[in-house]
This record gives sequence, C-alpha cells and structure tokens, in this order.
Amino acid sequence: MAIKSALRAATALCLISAVSVQADTITIATVNNGDMIRMQGLTDDFTSKTGHTVEWVTLEENVLRQRVTTDITTKGGQFDIMTIGMYETPIWAANGWLVALDDLSADYDAGDILPAMAGGLSYDGTMFAAPFYGESSMIMYRTDLMEAAGLEMPTAPTWDFIKDAAVAMTDKDAGVYGICLRGKAGWGENMAFLTATSNAFGARWFDENWTPQFDSDAWSETLNFYIDLMNEAGPPGASNNGFNENLSLFQQGKCGMWIDATVAASFVTNPNDSTVFDKVGFALAPNTGKGKNSNWLWAWALGIPAGTDNEGAAKEFIEWATSKDYIELVAANEGWANVPPGARQSLYDNPEYQKVPFAQMTLDSILSADPNNPTVDPVPYVGVQFAAIPEFAGIASEVGQEFSAALAGQQTAAEALEKAQALTVDAMEAAGY
Amino acid sequence: MATQHSRSAARIMMAPAVILLLGWMLVPLMMTLYFSFKKYLPLRGGDLGWVGFENYARFVSSSSFWPAVSATLMIVVGVLLITSILGVLLAILLDQPMWGQGIVRILVIAPFFVMPTVSALVWKNMFMDPVNGLLAHLWKFFGADPVAWLTEVPMGSIIMIVSWQWLPFATLILLTAIQSLDSEQLEASEMDGAPVLARFWYIVLPHLSRALTVVILIQTIFLLSIFAEIFVTTQGAFGTKTLSYLIFQRVLESQNVGLGSAGGVYAIILANIVALFLMRIVGKNLDT
Amino acid sequence: MARAVTTKRKSINTALAWAVGLLIFFPILWTVLTSFKTEAQAIADPPIFLGFDWTFENYSTVMERSNYMRFLWNSVIIAGGSTILGVIIAVPAAWSMAFVPSKRTKDILMWMLSTKMLPAVGVLYPIYLLFIRLGWLDSRVGLVIVLMLINLPIIVWMLYTYFKEIPGEILEAARMDGASLKEEILYVLTPMAVPGIASTLLLNVILAWNEAFWTLNLTAAKAAPLTAFIASYSSPEGLFYAKLSAASTMAIAPILILGWFSQKQLVRGLTFGAVK
Repeated sequence: MAIKSALRAATALCLISAVSVQADTITIATVNNGDMIRMQGLTDDFTSKTGHTVEWVTLEENVLRQRVTTDITTKGGQFDIMTIGMYETPIWAANGWLVALDDLSADYDAGDILPAMAGGLSYDGTMFAAPFYGESSMIMYRTDLMEAAGLEMPTAPTWDFIKDAAVAMTDKDAGVYGICLRGKAGWGENMAFLTATSNAFGARWFDENWTPQFDSDAWSETLNFYIDLMNEAGPPGASNNGFNENLSLFQQGKCGMWIDATVAASFVTNPNDSTVFDKVGFALAPNTGKGKNSNWLWAWALGIPAGTDNEGAAKEFIEWATSKDYIELVAANEGWANVPPGARQSLYDNPEYQKVPFAQMTLDSILSADPNNPTVDPVPYVGVQFAAIPEFAGIASEVGQEFSAALAGQQTAAEALEKAQALTVDAMEAAGY
Repeated sequence: MATQHSRSAARIMMAPAVILLLGWMLVPLMMTLYFSFKKYLPLRGGDLGWVGFENYARFVSSSSFWPAVSATLMIVVGVLLITSILGVLLAILLDQPMWGQGIVRILVIAPFFVMPTVSALVWKNMFMDPVNGLLAHLWKFFGADPVAWLTEVPMGSIIMIVSWQWLPFATLILLTAIQSLDSEQLEASEMDGAPVLARFWYIVLPHLSRALTVVILIQTIFLLSIFAEIFVTTQGAFGTKTLSYLIFQRVLESQNVGLGSAGGVYAIILANIVALFLMRIVGKNLDT
Repeated sequence: MARAVTTKRKSINTALAWAVGLLIFFPILWTVLTSFKTEAQAIADPPIFLGFDWTFENYSTVMERSNYMRFLWNSVIIAGGSTILGVIIAVPAAWSMAFVPSKRTKDILMWMLSTKMLPAVGVLYPIYLLFIRLGWLDSRVGLVIVLMLINLPIIVWMLYTYFKEIPGEILEAARMDGASLKEEILYVLTPMAVPGIASTLLLNVILAWNEAFWTLNLTAAKAAPLTAFIASYSSPEGLFYAKLSAASTMAIAPILILGWFSQKQLVRGLTFGAVK
C-alpha cells in the first residue's frame, strides 16, 4: 500500500514539475553524501525563489568522478553544475574549463568564506568553485572507552599516545577495535589519510626537483607505524574500509578511535543513526612533534563548466546552496548540528552553532592545515593530502593499492614502498617532469 | 537451393547487420589506434603530438601489465570451471523427477536477472563484509574468525560473485541439452547394468559437449571485459586488476588517453588470441 | 519421461534440489527481506531473518529521493527498444546465413561475436567524443543504438541457430507455391521460429537491462536507466544496507518478474544450437 501511494505521489510530483516551466532547468551532478542529499531535498526552496528547476544526477563518489571528468575533458556539456573538490578545481580552472565565480552578488558575501577554503578553490587569485562544505580531519573517540582504559585524551595528542590508547581500548572478543583508519585503496581514500599522516612524520611526496620520495626513511616510518597499529588494534578487513565503512563501524560502537573527516562528527553524534552519539569526544589529528599534524583540508564545492547555456541559473543555484540563508534553512529544518560545516566564518561566529560540541574542534582543525606549506621539508606542490598536479590521482590510486595490499599482509611495507617509488618515477617521467 | 538470385538477396539481407557491426568495430578501433600513437593528456592541454610506439612500450613495461593479463585469464578460467562443473551437476539434478520442479528452476535461474552492479554490491556489503556480513555471522556462529573475503581471498571472492551470476545461464543451456538426451538410450544402459559414473562419462557428457562449448564461448565473451564487479568490490586492489581495469585507470584516473588507448589495443589483441583459440574448439564442436 | 521412480528417490531429489535452489536464491531473498527492515535491524547481530517489524520506510525514502518511474521507464525503453531494433536487423541476416550458407558464414558469425570482446573502457573516450558530435549524449536514442550494436552478434547467432533447425523442404514447398522471399520469411519462417525469437527477445532484454557501463557513462539526467539509479545508493555515508536493498529490489524486480513469467519460453529457446 505504502508503495502504491508513494508511486502516486512521485507521479504527481513529476506532473507538477513538468507544468511549472518558463524558467531554466539546470542539471547538477553531485555525490551521494548526506549533506548533498539534504540539499536535494530542499530544492523546492530554490525553485520557489527563482523559478528554475533542477535535475539531480546523484552518484556514488567514484562513479561521479568518472562521469564529470569524462564530461569536462571532452566538453560534453551534460552538466550545468558539477560537485568537485579542492584537487580538481585549480587544475580544471587552469585549463579554462570552469566559469569564474568573481561576480557573485553582494548579499552572498564571498568575503565570509573561510580563507583556507576560498584559497584552495581558487586559481590565480580567482575563486572557481564555491564551497558547499569544508572539512579537515580530526580524532573522534569514545569517551567511555577512553575512561575505562584509564587514559585521558590530550587536545593535541601524539601518534605514540594514540597507539598506546588504541591498544588499551581494543577488546577483540567484544568486537571493539581501538582504532579505525582508512585502508581502502584510492587517492581520496587511504592515500588522503596516509599522505596527511606522512606529513606529521616528516615525509613528502616529492622533493623540490619533483623526485618521488617513497624511498625516504620518513615514508618507511609512516607506513610501518600505520600497519603495525592497524594489525594490533584495527578491525578485520581494514584494507577494504574507507570513510563509509569506518563511519558505520564507529556508529555501531565498534571503534575506540577514528581519525577522519570532520564532517563525520555530525553523523556520529546523531542519535538517529549512531548508537554512541552521547559518548564521542574530539581532538586534533595526531602529530609526532615535528610541527605538522596529520590532518587534511578538503572542500566539496560547486563549479560551473565553461560553455554551459544556463550559466545564469547555475550561478543563482550556487549562490543559494552555499549562502548563509541556506545554512539557516537547514538549521531550521534539521538542527544546527546538521548544517553543512566548514565553509563560512559567520557560522563559527554564530552563538547557536558554538554550542555544537564539535564546532570549535572542526574550525581549529581546518585552520591548522596549510596547503601551501603542508610538509616539514619544502615541496614544490600545493595540497595537504594531495599534490595538485593532474597526474596525482592516477599515481596515488596505484600507490594506494600497493599500500592497501601491504596492510592486508600480502606484501611488506618495504616492498610496497619500493613499488610505489618505481611506479611514481615511471608516471612522472611519462608526464614529462 | 542456393540459386544466384537467392545468393545476392542473401547478401543484401546480411548487409545491414554486417555494415553496422563493421562500423561499430572500425570507428572506435580507428579512433583508439589514432589516440594510441599520440601523447594525449586531457588535463595538460589535450593533444601533445605524435609519439610513435612510446605508449605501447610504456603500457607493457608497467609492472601492472602482466599481472593484469593473468588476473583477466584467471577470472575467465575460474568462472568457466566453476559454472561448467556446477552447471552440469545442477542440470542433472534438475532433470531428475521431483516435486515442484518449476519453482526450483525459477529459484536457480534468478541470479541471471540481477544487474552485475547490484549483485556485486549485495555480495560485498551484505555477505562478505567481515563485520556485518552474513558470512561473518555464520563463521562466528561456528566459532571461527570471520574472513575478510575481499582482502584475504580477493580473486576467489570475485570469481565466486561472477560465478553466481553466470551459473544459471550455464545450467539452463545444459539442462535443455540433457532433456534432449534420448531417454531410451539411457534406460537401455541402465538395464545393461552400467554403473552411474560410466553412464555419465560415456553417454551424458559426450552429449553435453556441444552445450558446454556454447557455455564456454558465450561466457568468455562476457567475462573478458568484466568491469563492474571489480569496480564495485576491490577497485583493482589485491591483485584483482584486470586488463579492463588497468585501462580504466590509465584513461580515467591518470587521464592519459594515449596510454590507455594503447592498452585498449593490447586488450583487443588478447581478445583475438582467445577468440582464435575458441574458434578452434568451437569449430570442431559446433559445425552445424 | 517414462522412467519409473521410487517415491524415496523422488523425495531425495526433491530435498536436494530445493536445498540447492534456495541456496542459490538466498542472496536475492535476503536483499528483499533486508529492504523491509530498519537500518538498525539490517545490521543486527545476530542477523534477524523474519522476526523484524516490517516497514516500507526504505521504499518511501527511495521514492522521495529519486524519480524511480523515470529511471524505470528509461530502462524499459532502452532495453526493449534496443532488442526490437536488433531483432529487426538480425532476422534477415540470420535467415540468409541459415538458408544460403557460404564458406564464410561461420567466419562472419565468429567475427560478429568477436566484436563483443572489445573492452568498453578502452573506447569510452572515442565513443564519448562521437556522441557529442552526434548530439546523442543523455538521449535514449543513443543508448538504444549502442546497446543494439552490443547485443546484435548474440541476436544474430541465436536466430541463426533456430532458423538452421527449420527443415529446408518446407521452404522449398512454399517457394513452389509461388511465395516471394518476403512472404516466405513473414508467413513461413517466422511463425516456425517464434519460440526461438521469443527467447532471443527475452535474453537480450535481460542483457540490455543489466548493461551497466554505457548506460551509466553516456547518460546524465534525462536518459538514465536503473543502472544509474543504483549508483546513487551504492555507498553513501552512514548505514545504508536497508536502503541499498530497497533500491536493489526496485532495480531488479521488474526484470526478475518478467523472467519468471516467461521462463518457459526462455528455457525452451535457450539452446544456441547446442541441441540437435
């Protein structure tokens, strides 16, 4: 019965949207993350304000990347707005594939966007994609398990502390693992985490002459530490766990600590989805005392492909979706804890939002990541958990597979690093460095 | 009966199919060949000029190349073995008199209707997940440590998932073949007191050889370019990177269209080697 | 089937066959069951088989989020359209191969099949560029044509094997009676080949319905079929087993039901000439 009425409702909806024409219809490609699905649910507000209608193409992250990259590089023109990140934006903008977002209205208050976000989404000083939400990474931990282990989380812990705590919290018989970290291969999965982590250990991807550095001691230390830690205190099958898998483990109360995107804070503290919502504490991503923390910087942003026929309507949408008003709209509907975080300073100045337990730690984490100066030793690239060059995604995906295989115990860390070095050298050579 | 008239009519009637397929083969092939001799990097300005055989050399010399070829062949051979053997057994079983044969047949063929993406997602998340998967619960129930299927036995898991999808197909074809087996012949041998195994070996199996050929041929065609199952489950990690997936990485992840196109040409060569090999067996077994 | 069988043996057969059948079907059954659970029940430890509170909330969530009817309609058009178009083109080709065979017939057949072995990923870039040129991106026409081309070899081959089994004398007789080629195909051949054509149609609808590379990569919003619908539920943030199950059920149900209803036709014709 419920299906039938839902079917009828859906048909009715189609009819309505078909009638209200006159204005433009824009096609938006986006990721199936919670915040985007929420945005999709609020489309009616945009339509009622502007008259434009929206066609959503919501895809899983890997499929989305594949779709939008194919379309932008071939100038296919299938989308009026694409959801992209800090990695793609400067590279695509340099090719002239994105519409500059330098003429947004005064109401929009582009100056309110956090400088770290605006900077990462700019090319040559002009912003080419507007941040829908921004994130860094931080430690989320179970306050009850930490207490049971007789430990206290410092605000800026070291990796050694994390290791001790993880081992102490692990109780494999009870299905509790001290630490959950990304192990699934992919440049946006394990490599985002490991690259950020390696920064704290003093490693880097390339030296100033673009020579790959996987043969360095710092990388060896990073990878060995990570694998040992996961073997001792990680969940089974960790080498196939990405953000989503770990989130679900944490929500089920199976992880003592989880170091991942700051946006996860609102999911793990949400009483509807999380069994441990009232037992979560937050801390800065760990360091090794070398001056860098293991946290990254990322934004999911909305960009407009150059050449679209609906540039005007697309800009209106971006102004709507990344505005202060949108944040208030979500707050009114879903509560302050669920607004898209990390994009605007005004959100963090809002006394209502300051009451949210993870607000300050999110901001501190974002502010402590510096894409222009990500590593202990100097590097020629920009980006904390990536190097903003076109070759990076391909190389890092392959390197990620080697590291993932090492975590799964199919090869040693040394073998993985050796292969990583060889394939990176080869790919950089092919690219003409 | 093949008069001159009907010959030319035949040619005309075949033309649309042949021309369409020729176009479908040649146009992409030509474009692939064209790109494969170019340094073509969409993110670095696109066409950067001719490079001769450089892409070809680089694609083969990559440490991923031979493992990818062997992974491709392993999946094909693994799935073929499992589906043929289980398919024969299942077909024999389904051919036996029983109650509710129609319903059992419906149950058995169901996986064939499931989209590869859906079946990979369901297996990966709801069965093979080492924490929440049903298999993990089963293992725990028997006091064993849950297996992290996709990382500990990645190739086996993928072969299993794909076999589950193709087993119904094999079973159906083999079942139709078995049903056409002359039952009098079988009964005669039964009366002669031939043991079950001998009957199977000397009567049933030879009768099934043509059907098996068909199963092998059709499945090979589909399995050689398998992609969705790997994309969803391991993304090519842990030695499950097939040639298709390697090409995908080169073209889409590395955005090196030239290099990926060279890989495409290698894949076509591999497919043709396999096709030639197949034609040998098929030619023997399928001369209609 | 005149073999006398003891009840005991029949019982053993039945038990064994049902066990195997249920085992093979179990993943689908489990998916359908999970689609009626809440997300929390979907990952309950130990797993719950039937004793959960049945809920339709996953289905209504999915219906709210995605325009399921449009995805479904696109799937129907694309799978149906490509199959029908394919059969129309394949019937004459298969006829001439079966009744006017030449030395090269088998080579042509094999060559046709070999075009299916090209890895789709390898030609995505060229095909995408071509589709832009033709204005076929995100259009059902484009997908109907691509899927028709992909399945054409299988269609030709299947039809060829059915036509092959039709005795030539009947055609001779028809020709004696003065039937033209067209009449011969329409009134003599086609009716005899109906079971074969039916199972060809069915098999190719299934193959086209489940094709997940081109349908995903050549569409955006307008022409996207159910394969793209699934991609928006595949690994979202948070718990998703129940919603994924609901979406999966919705994606496979139409074709599964079609398959079950027509399994007799499908099975009868699915011989590929393997049965003499």
